[in-house]
Amino acid sequence: MRHIISLLMANEAGALSRVSGLFSARGYNIESLTVAPTEDATLSRMTIVTRGSDEVIEQINKQLNKLVDVVSVMDLSDGDHIERELMLVKVRAEGADREELKRMSDIFRGRVIDVSDKTYTIELTGAGSKLDSFLQAIDRKLILETVRTGASGIGRGERILKI
Amino acid sequence: MELTGAEITIRCLQEEGVEYVFGYPGGAVLFIYDELFKQETVKHVLVRHEQAAVHAADGYARSTEKVGVALVTSGPGVTNAVTGIATAYMDSIPMVVISGQVPTSFIGEDAFQEVDAVGITRPCVKHNFLVKDVKDLAATLKKAFYLAKSGRPGPVLVDIPKDVSNHKTAFEYPSTVNIRSYHPQVTGDANLIKQAAQMLLEAKRPMVYAGGGVILSDAAKQLTELVHLVDAPCTNTLMGLGGYPASDKQFVGMLGMHGTYEANMGMQNCDVLLAVGARFDDRVIGNVAHFNSVPRRIIHIDIDPASISKRVKVDVPLVGDVGSVLTDLIKVLKSSKQKPEDHKDWWKQIDEWRGANSLNYKNSIELIKPQFVIETLHKITHGDAYITSDVGQHQMWAAQYYKFDKPRRWINSGGLGTMGFGLPAAMGVQLAHPGETVACVTGEGSIQMNIQELSTCKQFNLPIKIIALNNRYLGMVRQWQEFFHGNRYSQSYMDALPDFVKLAEAYGHVGILVEKPSDVEGALKEAFARKDELVFLDFRTDSTENVYPMVPGGKGLSEVILAEDL
Repeated sequence: MRHIISLLMANEAGALSRVSGLFSARGYNIESLTVAPTEDATLSRMTIVTRGSDEVIEQINKQLNKLVDVVSVMDLSDGDHIERELMLVKVRAEGADREELKRMSDIFRGRVIDVSDKTYTIELTGAGSKLDSFLQAIDRKLILETVRTGASGIGRGERILKI
Repeated sequence: MELTGAEITIRCLQEEGVEYVFGYPGGAVLFIYDELFKQETVKHVLVRHEQAAVHAADGYARSTEKVGVALVTSGPGVTNAVTGIATAYMDSIPMVVISGQVPTSFIGEDAFQEVDAVGITRPCVKHNFLVKDVKDLAATLKKAFYLAKSGRPGPVLVDIPKDVSNHKTAFEYPSTVNIRSYHPQVTGDANLIKQAAQMLLEAKRPMVYAGGGVILSDAAKQLTELVHLVDAPCTNTLMGLGGYPASDKQFVGMLGMHGTYEANMGMQNCDVLLAVGARFDDRVIGNVAHFNSVPRRIIHIDIDPASISKRVKVDVPLVGDVGSVLTDLIKVLKSSKQKPEDHKDWWKQIDEWRGANSLNYKNSIELIKPQFVIETLHKITHGDAYITSDVGQHQMWAAQYYKFDKPRRWINSGGLGTMGFGLPAAMGVQLAHPGETVACVTGEGSIQMNIQELSTCKQFNLPIKIIALNNRYLGMVRQWQEFFHGNRYSQSYMDALPDFVKLAEAYGHVGILVEKPSDVEGALKEAFARKDELVFLDFRTDSTENVYPMVPGGKGLSEVILAEDL
């Protein structure tokens, strides 16, 4: 099953490689991994999307907790949570396609953030599945580049990951 | 007053009460070696290869309750140390390895003798540090020692660039450590302990399975008391030997791939299993599905939550220090009005399995049987020696036939299975216990992996007795080739062996060649009578002898090959 795991860890050199190294050494799957410092500069927050049986996910949580740099771990999939991913798509926008692409972008609540005479760059935010749908909805031949951040997640309401 | 990084390093070691540092100098650690030179509290043992430094620190740690310390230079110094570090990591041995690094301004430039020590060791340490600023050095070393010995112990590497060891700062050794992300759970959950006690009292066929955690937690006394209280048979893993007295009547021997028939059958057929500081690894329970095919309830005590329900699903997970949890469990059991169930039928069954006499072997008057050497070794040393071993058949025979009654007497590389471990480990043990008898049981293959340490033994007057079971084969490889590869002994014959007697003599030691069974006891007596000398005993053993019983890889515990089956 797909799980989205959030963790807080020391914002120190090498901390990221401890986590990614753990996943590769133990053969766990990483679908996406995002990391950035938090409002507390000594901490980074990481979101990992992974897949595995209940036993594997239990081990992943335990092994992550065991890393000395990891302060706390939460499996967001255990409860209500929100997931967002940012995507930038550069598309060939010429002639009739120009209007069509703008319209599709609006339908998906995207924004055109860069315009040239032959291209658009569209910014889109949402759950991963929404971004997938957008890519399917437009003409594949027009896609020049896509950049995705991978999912970030947060618990709903009082589900808070803090030290 | 300000001190240099090198001075701080030595001061920290002194503060930690470090008696011995095992190491090898080189460019990046010259400042540290200079400071070692200027003082006498921390003694340095110069090995002949960095791998041996780490194994020696490891042997020192395993035979005491202390943290082992190794010191190596950058680049090849560190890469040579990696096997030792991984060995310690797999067996959860508390250790601090200090490595030199090229100066901070050179890092990343492929400087001479530069490797990414933190990167290379990351998967085989409990934690590691690169100290970029001398101001962080003392606090980092404090953390390193704390991490190494607390919780589930393990090796910690501290990488110190050369300029950091020469920079100055005010020195203050922190009295406490607080790592916000690290709080190992020591005490077990009271409710779960009650549940466990109840389960043990109601068990019809209880079994206790204890591993290296008992040794590391110094909980042999509590384990023995508990086993007696619940009237269960007790088995030890390879790492747990000595954690329960082998001469006790409730002991059923070692379990696993080369465990006794009674231990493995007991594991397979019990209804309540208490696992203590053990991790159900593949060499212990064999095929997981086969093990799970019999219903039983499992209580698992371990300080590392990740060890619980990793390979085998557990009913009562007891996270905590083995000693602490056992003490609490004993209290609950003693205060209970209920007595354990009657286990007469269970013991009858155990005794029936014991009747298979699975460790029996046919002795010979012509060929020296390796089992006979170990049994005689046990007799001559009154079962009270520190025994280190290398890896292979000799290791299994030592584990099976040297009946360990005390913890920390059996020193071997269980998890990683590192050939070349035995001799350097014995050096650490001998230094930790100067007046005691230390023997290294080895083979002609393993001993050659760190034979250069005979030189270190001479320099530091370490009167280790080397018991080489020389069968002219990489015996365990040969055994697998015989069983599973159609007798094709691919590269397992040890040709062109040195004359070990002359080799020992060349290093300034005593060598004895033993070729007849009737000479075994006399040779051992002579060797152990030479209290101040290292004696290398070259036993020419039966080259075709196999280790039995054997549960082949991937098979279940009851699918065992006994010697008589063949």
